[in-house]
Amino acid sequence: MRMMFRAAYLAVLVALSTPLAAQTPLQDVLQAHQGAVANPSRGTVGQVLAALLAAEPPGTAEFLRLWQEREVVEEPGSGLFYYTRAEGRALVLIDIDTGAEGPEVTTRDVNQIRPNAGVRRDIGAALVRFGLTASDPARRLAALEAIGRSPDPEQIPLLAESIIDEPDARIRVRKERVLDLLNARFATDTATRVDAIEGLSGDISTEARRALNQILQTTPGVGETLPEGSNIARIRVPGTDMAVNSAYDELAGAGLAPVRPGRNAIRDALRGNVSDGAVGGVPLHRLSAPEARLEAYAGLQAAGLVTPLVTEAEIRATVDAHVFFDAYTEPDQAVTDAARAALDSTGTRIKAFQFLGITLDALSLASIFFLAAIGLAITFGVMRVINMAHGEFIMMGAYTGYVVQTFIPDYTASLIVALPLAFAVTFGAGVAMERLVIRHLYTRPLETLLATFGISIALQQLAKNIFGTQARPLTAPDWLAGAISINDIVSISTIRVAIFVLALMFLAMLLFILLRTRLGLEVRAVTQNPGMAASMGINPDKINMLTFGLGSGIAGVAGVAIGLYAQVTSEMGSAYIVQSFMTVVVGGVGNVWGTLAGAGLIGFLQKGIEWFNPSNTLAAQTYMVLFIILFIQFRPKGIIALKGRAAGD
Amino acid sequence: MSDTVLMPARRRLLRENPSVTWFLLALGVFTLVISVLSEGLGVGLVSTSMVKILGMTLCLCLIAVAMDVVWGYCGILSLGHFAFFGLGGYAIGMWLMYARTEIVISDSLARGTIPPTELELSEAVAAQIFGVVGTSELPLIWTFAGSLPFQLAMVVLVPGLLALVFGWLAFRSRVTGVYLSILTQAMTLALALYLFQNDTGLRGNNGLSGLQNIPGLLHVPQAVLSVWFLWASAFALGAGYLLFAWVVSGKFGSVIRAIRDNEARVRFLGYNVEGYKLFVFTLTAVVSGIAGALYYPQAGIINPAELAPIASIYLAVWVAIGGRGRLYGAVIGAAGVSLLSSWLTGGGAPNIDLGFYRILWTEWWQVLLGLGFVLVTLFAPKGIGGLFDYLVRKR
Repeated sequence: MRMMFRAAYLAVLVALSTPLAAQTPLQDVLQAHQGAVANPSRGTVGQVLAALLAAEPPGTAEFLRLWQEREVVEEPGSGLFYYTRAEGRALVLIDIDTGAEGPEVTTRDVNQIRPNAGVRRDIGAALVRFGLTASDPARRLAALEAIGRSPDPEQIPLLAESIIDEPDARIRVRKERVLDLLNARFATDTATRVDAIEGLSGDISTEARRALNQILQTTPGVGETLPEGSNIARIRVPGTDMAVNSAYDELAGAGLAPVRPGRNAIRDALRGNVSDGAVGGVPLHRLSAPEARLEAYAGLQAAGLVTPLVTEAEIRATVDAHVFFDAYTEPDQAVTDAARAALDSTGTRIKAFQFLGITLDALSLASIFFLAAIGLAITFGVMRVINMAHGEFIMMGAYTGYVVQTFIPDYTASLIVALPLAFAVTFGAGVAMERLVIRHLYTRPLETLLATFGISIALQQLAKNIFGTQARPLTAPDWLAGAISINDIVSISTIRVAIFVLALMFLAMLLFILLRTRLGLEVRAVTQNPGMAASMGINPDKINMLTFGLGSGIAGVAGVAIGLYAQVTSEMGSAYIVQSFMTVVVGGVGNVWGTLAGAGLIGFLQKGIEWFNPSNTLAAQTYMVLFIILFIQFRPKGIIALKGRAAGD
Repeated sequence: MSDTVLMPARRRLLRENPSVTWFLLALGVFTLVISVLSEGLGVGLVSTSMVKILGMTLCLCLIAVAMDVVWGYCGILSLGHFAFFGLGGYAIGMWLMYARTEIVISDSLARGTIPPTELELSEAVAAQIFGVVGTSELPLIWTFAGSLPFQLAMVVLVPGLLALVFGWLAFRSRVTGVYLSILTQAMTLALALYLFQNDTGLRGNNGLSGLQNIPGLLHVPQAVLSVWFLWASAFALGAGYLLFAWVVSGKFGSVIRAIRDNEARVRFLGYNVEGYKLFVFTLTAVVSGIAGALYYPQAGIINPAELAPIASIYLAVWVAIGGRGRLYGAVIGAAGVSLLSSWLTGGGAPNIDLGFYRILWTEWWQVLLGLGFVLVTLFAPKGIGGLFDYLVRKR
């Protein structure tokens, strides 16, 4: 199977490279050195490699790799070389230039070429050199990547040599960096290594830090005195840096002290020495008490049957007589000092960048909360109506996006259609819900909570019946797929940036509608005092309907945005509803800025808590909710509270 | 009003709540009939699993009555009472799980050549219980898990103290209405998230399991145990009903109903509104905890998903459908909706074949429940219990 894939891969490779290949074909180059390829030895392999590197025929890298792995055969009659693919017991010969499959043969019909270990090493070096000096820049970069993945001291001269003739300035910088990394770890003289390490200082890339950390690896050790000539990282003091008992166990493990029988060892020894219903003179039924066990063990010890107990004082004395330390595996102190200094110099920059990363994460989370909550804030603010089905409007928007995608295969186009369509669908649903249900419950606000909850579970189950329980994909177009990465520490996915931009757009749009249009004026009037607004000729019924539609429509658009980075399921709405409520309540009702502040506070809080305890996002959420509960105690009306009569309940 | 004051307390209670007599009678008859028909003690017409479902339903009725008092009578729409229910379940579950594991472990250790020490025993128990979350140390909160009286006290104290502290904070800063509902919901969410963590000492999302095996009663078959639990649940429901009937009658009942109808006016009349609300909130939380402690040994397993905010909302739904402000309404709502739900989603009801489409109850029940709930809220704000009012007035 593997061979088949390889054959297909080769065919593609060759097919791609043939049109370009005005060069000498690989087979011809090899035939010029037929004897040296078929029976390679350390004396002759050099000329073959030199010839291959000089001619650089297509497929050379692949040939070298397979040659090294003993997978090239010679057909004895013609002396031509082939790759092979197993077909049952037989072999299919594969032309090394075209990838075309030849006749089936048996293993006895061909000579497998078996280069010895020395030759294979030479071929390996040639492979590296071949990659580093290839004429295609992409191949040179790939070769550098390979070195980064599996660094090796033998690569140093090859790499140093290739830098001299490197034409591309960008690749040259990269090569120098990789050479520094290799030198820092493998160079033989201290000066070169320290020099290379200093070259790495201030570099926050993962590979540089990994190389430095590798140099700084330590192993624990123990002895009566500090050993001469070893490179000590730190001394561990029993009692402060480590428990006395575990220090003793380390001594025992190193063979420097007799083994201390622990609780389990005592129990096992007692088990093994039961005679006549007693151990060491103590009857069995008493052995459930720890003191009785020690007594029995002392009895066995007196009879010389078990390893002696070690007393606390003895443990203390033995431990005090020894010194415990961590030693660098790297014996050269100048190198470890340089590496430590280099790593420390990057520390502050890394912290700063991590902080920037967290800030970006928090901004992105805040914009998601804002998008999810702003629709709710509008309806809650204007009508004092809690819409529990808001989450289901988010879901409805996401499913609209999914359905559009099944009809329009182009992701960009489908997204452009989906956004307004999601708004329209959820606007309609919102208006319908307002007309049919909520209108009748304006005097009973607590009951709208329950009625809309009923709608919420009905909608959720309907979505489950229509779309099934499994998650549906909402695929982002390619230009939104990747991530923007500033360096190895800070990167943010493009989709999150897009959501941030979308949130900003909605903020601007809402502010425009509310502050600069007739509708906005009327909405604000109804928010502040519905009765007075009505007497001024505003129809509160119409305003309520439009507001509810607007809030729901925004939820639909938020659904498309959320669906692009999370999965679309029938339950996705309920994941956001509680957070959205908290955003609205913390921010303060009936105010776009309030919701923005609430979303910002919650987003930054959650990421901030995660920063202190990154392994546990559940704990972060728990503490965040607790904080919100306390926060509402002190500012029951939220961060930005309405003042005056409008604030009356 | 004056003759009410002169009447003995017992007669006043029954006169203000004529449903009490009827309810206790019906509950007694129901329990007797099920016991006689059960597999464990009677003729075997009602299966053991059915007896368990009925016993669990009685517990749900009890928490629904508590919810009715806090919401229907006092006007606090708490979306957190199921959290108290779950806490009660966790408190009793800790004892059930610890004591039973201890019995099993000490049996197996006693078969060794030498008897185990106490330390070895508790280590082995801890390793058995907490192996699933990758630790073998007994968390601090399990220190007294082997003591039944302590854990029984926890059933009452944990929900009670949580409700007291939370209610004190919330009522003191005059958080009311929708805000309070959201705040209670946030509390429930925080609690569920907390319990979902593996390192908080309650086995994370594995929850506590094997709760149907009662230590000390391991020789009693489940068929018999289920009937005993039915009795216990029925007794708790009866006692709870009586207690709440007493709470909502008399002057105290008038005050909390007045708080529901207009909190500001009651405050202006000089009543300590916060105190009344805090008392009702805490008392109902304690009763919810007790209901949970009876429910989960019958269910056999408890995990944090049971405490999710949605469960508390369902509780409000039951009470609203049954009819707020009347205790029997809560019982009708809880029993009706939860039994109907388990009948329809458990495949008990035949599916309807329309020829072109097959209506599966498991798929459509939620939709019906949701829409039915909207209709009840819109057109019958008094719920099913309102029908009784109508009949009584007719007569």
